[in-house]
Amino acid sequence: MLSLSDIHTYYGKSHILHGVSLEVGPGEVVGLLGRNGVGKSTTLKSVVGLARPASGHVTFEGRDITGVAPHHLAGLGIAWVPEDRRIFKLLSVLENLRTGLDRAGVDDARREALLTKVYDAFPVLRERRNQAGGTLSGGEQQMLAIARAMMLEPKIILLDEPTEGLMPRMVSQIRDTIGVLHREGVAILLVEQNVPLTLEVSNRVYIMEKGVVRHQASAADLRADQSVIHQYLGV
Amino acid sequence: MSPMSGRHSNRGYWIGFAIVLGLLTAAPTVLPPFWSRFVTEILIWGLLAMSSDILIGYTGMISFGHSAFFGLGMYGAAAALLSVKPPNLWLAILYGLVGAGAVAVFVAYFSTRLRDIYFGITTLVFSQIFYVIIFTWTDVTGGENGLNFRQPALGLLGWSTSFTPETLHWFVLAVVTLSYLLLRRITQSPFGMVLQSIRENEPRTRAIGYAVERYKIVAVMLSGLFAGLAGVLYAIQNKFAAPDFVFFLVSGEVVIFNVMGGVGTLVGPVAGAAFFLLLREGLSRYFEYYLIPVGIIFTLMVIFFPQGFLGFLRRRLNQ
Amino acid sequence: MSVGIPLEQIAVQTVNGLVNGMILALVASGLTLIFGIMDVVNFAHGDLVMLGGFVGATTMAATGNFWIALLVAAIVIAVIGAALQISTLRPLLGRDPLTTILATFGVSLVLQKYALWQWGPSARQLQEPITGRFDLFYLQYPWYRVATALLAGAIIGALWLFLKRGTYGIWIRATTQDRIMASAMGIPVPWVHTAVFAIGAAMAAASGVLFGPLGGVTQTMGADFTLRAFIVVVVGGMGNLGGSILASIFISLLEAYASLFVSPAQAVIVSFVALILTLLFRPTGLFVPTPK
Repeated sequence: MLSLSDIHTYYGKSHILHGVSLEVGPGEVVGLLGRNGVGKSTTLKSVVGLARPASGHVTFEGRDITGVAPHHLAGLGIAWVPEDRRIFKLLSVLENLRTGLDRAGVDDARREALLTKVYDAFPVLRERRNQAGGTLSGGEQQMLAIARAMMLEPKIILLDEPTEGLMPRMVSQIRDTIGVLHREGVAILLVEQNVPLTLEVSNRVYIMEKGVVRHQASAADLRADQSVIHQYLGV
Repeated sequence: MSPMSGRHSNRGYWIGFAIVLGLLTAAPTVLPPFWSRFVTEILIWGLLAMSSDILIGYTGMISFGHSAFFGLGMYGAAAALLSVKPPNLWLAILYGLVGAGAVAVFVAYFSTRLRDIYFGITTLVFSQIFYVIIFTWTDVTGGENGLNFRQPALGLLGWSTSFTPETLHWFVLAVVTLSYLLLRRITQSPFGMVLQSIRENEPRTRAIGYAVERYKIVAVMLSGLFAGLAGVLYAIQNKFAAPDFVFFLVSGEVVIFNVMGGVGTLVGPVAGAAFFLLLREGLSRYFEYYLIPVGIIFTLMVIFFPQGFLGFLRRRLNQ
Repeated sequence: MSVGIPLEQIAVQTVNGLVNGMILALVASGLTLIFGIMDVVNFAHGDLVMLGGFVGATTMAATGNFWIALLVAAIVIAVIGAALQISTLRPLLGRDPLTTILATFGVSLVLQKYALWQWGPSARQLQEPITGRFDLFYLQYPWYRVATALLAGAIIGALWLFLKRGTYGIWIRATTQDRIMASAMGIPVPWVHTAVFAIGAAMAAASGVLFGPLGGVTQTMGADFTLRAFIVVVVGGMGNLGGSILASIFISLLEAYASLFVSPAQAVIVSFVALILTLLFRPTGLFVPTPK
């Protein structure tokens, strides 16, 4: 469904991605592991149109979306949850959700349903729905970021290090949420440093090093033999 | 790049310089009086544009305040020429430079405290403050009508002679040429390199250890003094001073010269001034609102050719 | 203890200051909105005020109706504003502020000379739509002035409501805070920018028409308004809507009181001084809570 082939991306003069290729099938949860600075976030940004690839192609459902402006992608079904969450701090929780909820083609009934679903999944958001986004704790902001992406009813969510800086209880909730999304058929490309979590929720895993994908395997294989992970991540 | 080619381009530069200088020197003898005066005026505006380039092109500080420096140079000279009899050329220059320098001190202070836009707006406001003061303080400055005075004689060590249009032209040419050479020397010196580094990346320049504030202050003072000098020359040539020249839109015109000619090249702004003034002279006979197409061209250049004509040529020649 | 200036004069100047302040607030809010969302210092903003005034004058001459003129001017200038933003500012997104200042300066020049070409150098006067005066102390004070202040306030109020509620208000506020994330959420950021510029232009045009009966419409009023609006926006805090409204009133009151002592042409120095003091001591704005 989503495929990157031979992506080269630069930040100014720095050559970050040296030919990244990977695929995510419909409904799959795919993990992207690697040490800090290997280009995992840049890979996601290359898909969303925030880091324009110098060469290579990004294809989604057969359509070439390389370098397409970000605001077109939400409509295609691609949602992005960035590393620093990027909550709209001065908007309320509800208004944050509405940035995704207020779309063409969604009637009031469906809006209500979506909101209810997300409030049930993250009750704390219902409590704080009129509070400014900036007043939420780190974990709550992460919930909001994911909930906001869910408002787009996406076919794939690009999740960038969702558990970073979170307490174990929150990590658990993230795991559950990924599970729920997977059951609903939403594909997920998960960039993470947390290896056990990634192995647990993913179908397949890619491992990156220095701007290239070095290894790919099914999560099951990797759970059985973690030596490859030790090799690339030194964990 | 071999040293040979370096010397080649250097030699080529000086040959070009000599040719242009020769042409400018010959101008009053060859051209009819109107055009000869016109060339003199181009030189004066060129000096103003060069002074502005120090800030915009080399240090990266947008300034709409040059009309203030220019205007105070003009009125300073006027003060000297009206208060001291017989009118003394050197006193006029002195008063003008002091006037411009005083404003420059203020502006320099703000340049260290404010960044980009805020600095630009402040310089604009400064121009307007002086405009309002000059416009309304009619007793001293002649208000709307400005001041009229006699042209001083060219005097040196006891020997003195009145200016003729030719000798005035040569005097202006000498002053502008010397100013150009001096500014060129400065911009190519280590000091000038630091200024450009501030333009490229101020935080990094500061991190390396340069006292950015001091450099900015010197840049503003230099810029202000040479702009004031241009104002003095203008006063001497035209024998009047008027508040119109202090209005901030004059600064805007100067910025146009800079951008069209090519910022950061010193010569570019002079060419820009020449181009613009010629355009005004030529077009205004046929189309009174020539500034409309000029403005459109300027805007397009800002978007697509921010390096100006000269910058564009320079890149082509370097290839 | 005698004040020296009779209280009545002070009161009248207060009302004048408030009226002028509201008109200025209308101009400044557009400017600060534009800066807040796309980091553009719109040098041509005052010229949009001027163009609005001229279009209004022409429309009024044709229809005889002030309110139609106001509406037409706002719409026409909004369209022109949108066209300007698309042609000159979109290509510059992401470039340094110096470039956008120069570009809007070029636009300002073109607009000024175009107005001179189309409408000539003399001032256009607009007729007051509401005639009649009431007794304000020793003066016969025009109702129109009060109406202007109220109308300006109403327009600003409508803008505030629009921003606080409704999908588009959310889009504008989200884009102002984080244009990249807004884009990723599917908000069409380039069009939001254009819309905000158009709204700012429309408000500027409205100011021009409202100001018409008070001071006439001339080419030079553009530069005047731009300068004042800049000062207000800096004093109020760039990008801060509430701040620019308060600053507009504050500055206009200062000038009104100053004109009790000096001529109006010189009273303007007061606002310059206010700007400089602000930049020296509270550069983020006088009406902004102290930054942490």
